[in-house]
Amino acid sequence: MKITKNKGATPDAAHIETDVLVIGSGGSGMYAALEAAKAGAAVVLSDRSLIGRGGATVMAQMTVAAALGEQTPDHWEHHLSDTLAAGRGLCDEHLAALLCEDGPRRLREMDGWKVGWARENGHIKQAHAPGHDRPRCAYVDFLSTGPAVSRTLRSRLNVTDGVRRIGDLLIVDIAVRDGVACGATALHLTTGRPVTLAAKAVIIATGGLTGLYRRNSASCNMGGDGYALALRAGAELIDMEFVQFFPIGHLAPRLVGMDPIMWDPFRYKLGGKLLNADMREFEEDYLTSDSRSDGRYVLTRDLATYAITKEVEAGRGSPAGGAYLSFQHVPEAEIRNAFGPVVDRLAANGIDLASRPIEVAPIAHYHMGGIRVDETMRTRVPNLYACGEAVGGANGANRLSGNAITEALVFGACAGQAAAQTVSGRPSSWQPEAAQGALDLLRSAKDRDAPNLAAIILELKAVMADLVGPFRTGEKLQSAGQAIERLKTEIGELPVSSAETFDPVLIDWLDLRNMLLVAQSVALPALARTESRGGHQREDYPAMDDKWTVNQTVGFSGGQMHLGRSTPSGDRTMR
Amino acid sequence: MKATLTIQRGSPGEMPRVENFEVGFEYGQSVLDGLRAVRFEADPSLAFRFSCINANACKECMMLIDGKVDYACTVRLKEGVTNLAPLPKKSLIRDLVTEIAPPDERL
Repeated sequence: MKITKNKGATPDAAHIETDVLVIGSGGSGMYAALEAAKAGAAVVLSDRSLIGRGGATVMAQMTVAAALGEQTPDHWEHHLSDTLAAGRGLCDEHLAALLCEDGPRRLREMDGWKVGWARENGHIKQAHAPGHDRPRCAYVDFLSTGPAVSRTLRSRLNVTDGVRRIGDLLIVDIAVRDGVACGATALHLTTGRPVTLAAKAVIIATGGLTGLYRRNSASCNMGGDGYALALRAGAELIDMEFVQFFPIGHLAPRLVGMDPIMWDPFRYKLGGKLLNADMREFEEDYLTSDSRSDGRYVLTRDLATYAITKEVEAGRGSPAGGAYLSFQHVPEAEIRNAFGPVVDRLAANGIDLASRPIEVAPIAHYHMGGIRVDETMRTRVPNLYACGEAVGGANGANRLSGNAITEALVFGACAGQAAAQTVSGRPSSWQPEAAQGALDLLRSAKDRDAPNLAAIILELKAVMADLVGPFRTGEKLQSAGQAIERLKTEIGELPVSSAETFDPVLIDWLDLRNMLLVAQSVALPALARTESRGGHQREDYPAMDDKWTVNQTVGFSGGQMHLGRSTPSGDRTMR
Repeated sequence: MKATLTIQRGSPGEMPRVENFEVGFEYGQSVLDGLRAVRFEADPSLAFRFSCINANACKECMMLIDGKVDYACTVRLKEGVTNLAPLPKKSLIRDLVTEIAPPDERL
């Protein structure tokens, strides 16, 4: 690997050469980098934020599903069968099987790296999450799974040779030459310099798109960058209409210093009752259509989101517009025993679970859809890979709790190995011209009159939440499409800048360029799918329709978005 | 309720300037909420780091808040003036952004 000043046409751009470029340093990106380096590749691990700090992994609190069989006998095929059932007929079975079969190995590897899985009588403790047929979910106390996973992988990177880590590096476009990925063009945020990266293989590990929604449980950088990078590079997306809403995201009172999805583990450990404005439990009213429950924490995520939304619509919502979640039936000592120091953090926010309920409401949490890949994480663009939440297919129409971190680790490892294998002994196909378009775009940034782009991002989030949210109609989706087109016109074709270094206006413009494309890639297949299934619920087509047991794909060429269809795990030759 | 954010701004080599922004807030909101509101409502060029927004997981929003090093996502907004400045012992990049990445994770 070498770094040189790029001579000639681009005097101010830095140039970096490597074997494998990993974009995004959440759990999946870090695992990919570790595996690629282990296989002998020179790796650049980049992140638009700090390394191993942004993204979704660090935010995860519980749980990580894998058929470890530590406390209850288990087999990965049982995990697979639950994953497929939750996916409502749309999972790519090959990807789902990879997730379930390789999960235990990755969790044990993490255990060996001292991640600190909670233990009971010497065994890794496994919680019983909704949709699983038995206790299967490992975690790190207290509410520390994601930070522990991130810290462990960062520590491994510290002692691994061959991985150059570069933070504050925003990837603008994948460099493609003759249809083959050969690197990327980036903006280095702290200096404002363009950077070109030549890479024999590129791995997109940028996570999901929940940042497109008003209320979400993601880091600010989860606006779906990777999907836009993949589309413009010529790759396909799949299942983009399936956004998972987490039903009991924290709503009120205002809570700082904690992740809004924190109530899930409380429900795993203590039960907890969802109540409407009449202080009546209502989950069982919605139970008829799903029998996969454990009797204690009953509804899967799509059904719970539906139940809360319907209660609010019927005028039975809590004051802030959600449902009450109550632990008043749980003795104070039991709450303290289960969550120790977290109880004090809650007290600092004025929350006392033993005496008062809190309010919760659905919040955008995870994206089932994503970049279409084969079992080695290859996209249809040669030398372009994806992993983690950025990948679509494994979870079909609805993801089981606990599968996201497992997917990050397993798919990350797989992409890292496959990319390293691809680059072994091969020359670089880098050509400077492959970066020219993105460099020209960056250089065209001007401090010009423009609307407040930060406010436009808020507007887009409102459009997505209100019109492409958990409950959709044809009319709403059409309005969303029009709003997206209008916002595209408002931001214009050329970037806006406001400063030479760390320019939030330029960052917003580059983000909107991606976010608007990705928003369209969700709204379009959502409009086409005239049925309700998993994370995609149409009020004008409320039932699941067997005819729609197909996956929709999204491609982008000639400035146009194209929809396609394929059978789940069916025709794999088209990749 | 109204909070006044008094923010030290500028790039290295410039004379730091102080600007005041008034933001409306509700009880319980964080200084980071206030900074984001400044960008939406008044000046989108204001630079500050953050990632996880609310969870105190990423540790990126560290700055000097009323003279004390703290996280903007956990300190609450208050009525009256809150003084914000970049971390004093890190090299300044712009406004409230400093170089906080470990040396081997930089370009």
